[in-house]
Amino acid sequence: MKYIDEFRDGQLAQHLSERIAAEVRPAHHYRLMEFCGGHTHAIARYGVIDLLPANVRMIHGPGCPVCVLPIGRVDMAIELALEHGVILCTYGDTLRVPASAEMSLMKAKARGGDIRMVYSAADALDLARRHPERQVVFFAIGFETTTPPTALVLRQAAREALPNFSVMCNHVLTPPAIRAILDGAEAEETAEIEGFVGPAHVSIVIGSDPYAHFAREYRKPVVIAGFEPLDVLQAILMLVRQINEGRAEVENEFTRAVTPQGNPAAQAVMAEVFTVRDSFEWRGLGSVPRSALRIRDEYAHFDAEQRFHLGYRSVPDHKACECGAILRGVKEPRDCRIFGTVCTPENPVGSCMVSSEGSCAAYYTYGRFRDIPVVAA
Amino acid sequence: MKKSYVRPLDIRRGHVDLGHGAGGKASAQLIEELFLPALDNPFLRAGDDAAVLPFGMPRELSSTAAESPAGELVTACDGHVVSPIFFPGGDLGCLAVHGTVNDVAMLGARPLYLTASFILEEGFPLADLQRIVQSMGHAAREAGVPVVAGDTKVVERGKGDGVFISTCGIGWRPAGVRIDGRQARVGDAILLSGPIGDHGVAVLSTRESLSFETTLQSDTAALHTLVQAMLAVAADGIHVLRDPTRGGLATTLNEIARQSAVGMRISEAAIPVRPEVEAACELLGLDPLYVANEGKLIAICAAEVADAVLAAMRAHPLGREAAHIGRVIEDAHRFVQMDTRFSGRRVVDWLSGEQLPRIC
Repeated sequence: MKYIDEFRDGQLAQHLSERIAAEVRPAHHYRLMEFCGGHTHAIARYGVIDLLPANVRMIHGPGCPVCVLPIGRVDMAIELALEHGVILCTYGDTLRVPASAEMSLMKAKARGGDIRMVYSAADALDLARRHPERQVVFFAIGFETTTPPTALVLRQAAREALPNFSVMCNHVLTPPAIRAILDGAEAEETAEIEGFVGPAHVSIVIGSDPYAHFAREYRKPVVIAGFEPLDVLQAILMLVRQINEGRAEVENEFTRAVTPQGNPAAQAVMAEVFTVRDSFEWRGLGSVPRSALRIRDEYAHFDAEQRFHLGYRSVPDHKACECGAILRGVKEPRDCRIFGTVCTPENPVGSCMVSSEGSCAAYYTYGRFRDIPVVAA
Repeated sequence: MKKSYVRPLDIRRGHVDLGHGAGGKASAQLIEELFLPALDNPFLRAGDDAAVLPFGMPRELSSTAAESPAGELVTACDGHVVSPIFFPGGDLGCLAVHGTVNDVAMLGARPLYLTASFILEEGFPLADLQRIVQSMGHAAREAGVPVVAGDTKVVERGKGDGVFISTCGIGWRPAGVRIDGRQARVGDAILLSGPIGDHGVAVLSTRESLSFETTLQSDTAALHTLVQAMLAVAADGIHVLRDPTRGGLATTLNEIARQSAVGMRISEAAIPVRPEVEAACELLGLDPLYVANEGKLIAICAAEVADAVLAAMRAHPLGREAAHIGRVIEDAHRFVQMDTRFSGRRVVDWLSGEQLPRIC
């Protein structure tokens, strides 16, 4: 496939792998975090770990939208579907996120909730147009990547004055989450991280400038990388070089898509429709100030939380679940007692097991053989 | 590695969800914990897509001690509920024939007869029904396997989804053929008859919420003549045959690994995937390894006969793009592992629930 295969070339990968091995300082332990679930997925799916020296460790960050969605927000969505009888639309992976009382949107659907998977926010809007007799709610989740499309449908719904469409907004912001991880590291609640593989699609929207602060104030190198496996390897090499040379800069590996300022049109429509929440609860990170978006008062009529008078109730994670510590990078999936036993992709207990971008699911689905003796090729 | 443990079905409070029908781990669990205990017998317990039955009159009914003929009966049944009913390259009618013919053929048997049961929803257009049934007739004649009995029921509007078809197939297998999911041996070669994912992507391309333009056609086809051509060159060397339908290549290999208590090691670079399928999967966030096929088979055979079997497959119109994709290895965990094109390695797991697209 043109423009894809070039970024998955095994020979180039070998070459980069040799470069990384040649340039790492043998006595140093490199601890790098890939923030995005898209990178976690690429690392697991293509076996990138096999191409890294043993002293380069990748810590999987909290940038998986379904993994950081707290139980209480999913409970609200289930309430909308089962008690308010709306058509609830959301993106695929969200259907499996575990909620209270062993529920999930998938199970709520089996109990009669009208819950539909959509590929785009525009599909949800279209459903509302075709079903004027029903209330349609788009359960919007994701980082800055999926936020502009939600903003566009809200603006469109307002223009059409659609009385039966609303959005339950769970959009979250990347830079505050990175700050929470770095501040947590100072308080020793989070793993010590030497550098970040910076987000791909998020950065297309917000640009590379917002990361300058982390390089400057926290002295952490950031290399923005695309989601293809060669992008990830190249970014790791660039991080190793920065660490070796004592530099802490924002570098952009993903120049084919990311500019310093990002996409101004997308930023404008987000600013028109959304404003920053004072605080938002993240799974794993707890309440993070100014880390998520809510719908502006001008669009309050299309805010499902207001239309249906939904209240948020914080629900603690399952006692044995280590998702929080795993999302902060202090534990690995196999450190969790219930990993691969009680908690599997069929019956996820924690949200990290839900999406293939989550570190537990990625490790379970693609990497379990690392625990068993290797069979000679 | 911790001991593997699967949380049992919650029969008291649980409900059927779409994952139970997706052909992955949830489907397997439903069969093992709900259907098998209730209907248990050695034929079901074999765990294949068809059953092998002793041929001839049961001894207790037979007055003379007649010799049993040299062969066995093989039977399979399959319910068909595809949406949409008509898709590029096929429809529910021909699918209902091909699916069952293939299940019988995958045990090395020659399919002989089919039966069909129709559940129709009140209000379903007769013109559509005729199109489906004519397509069935055409597929059955082409395969040389007649539909010899049938049944029709109509349910009230809203209590069915247009039309459901269940077919049952009967075939005959000569004595001495031993092909089923438990026969894979360490060192065996894994062959695949052609590119994967065509059917699933062709069907997806016409779903209402997702329509995209493609020239791709479903691969739906009856594979029994391909199987006969393969058996002709290596009757003893072929150990397992299976068509990777729901759950795709990945799930089917996992099923066989579990039945045969072995591991598998496959090579991503060797698995044929059409560029259109790869592009559609890339766009939709799906993995072609988990996308359904209706006209492909996996053959696991002794390494010594692999080249001959592969040549026989390539000489048949339905196996022109056949490939040698890996081998059976020893592995107490029954993992299917894959060497990636990127020269890394990963586990290729069962499909969990339905394949859902990622968000970012």
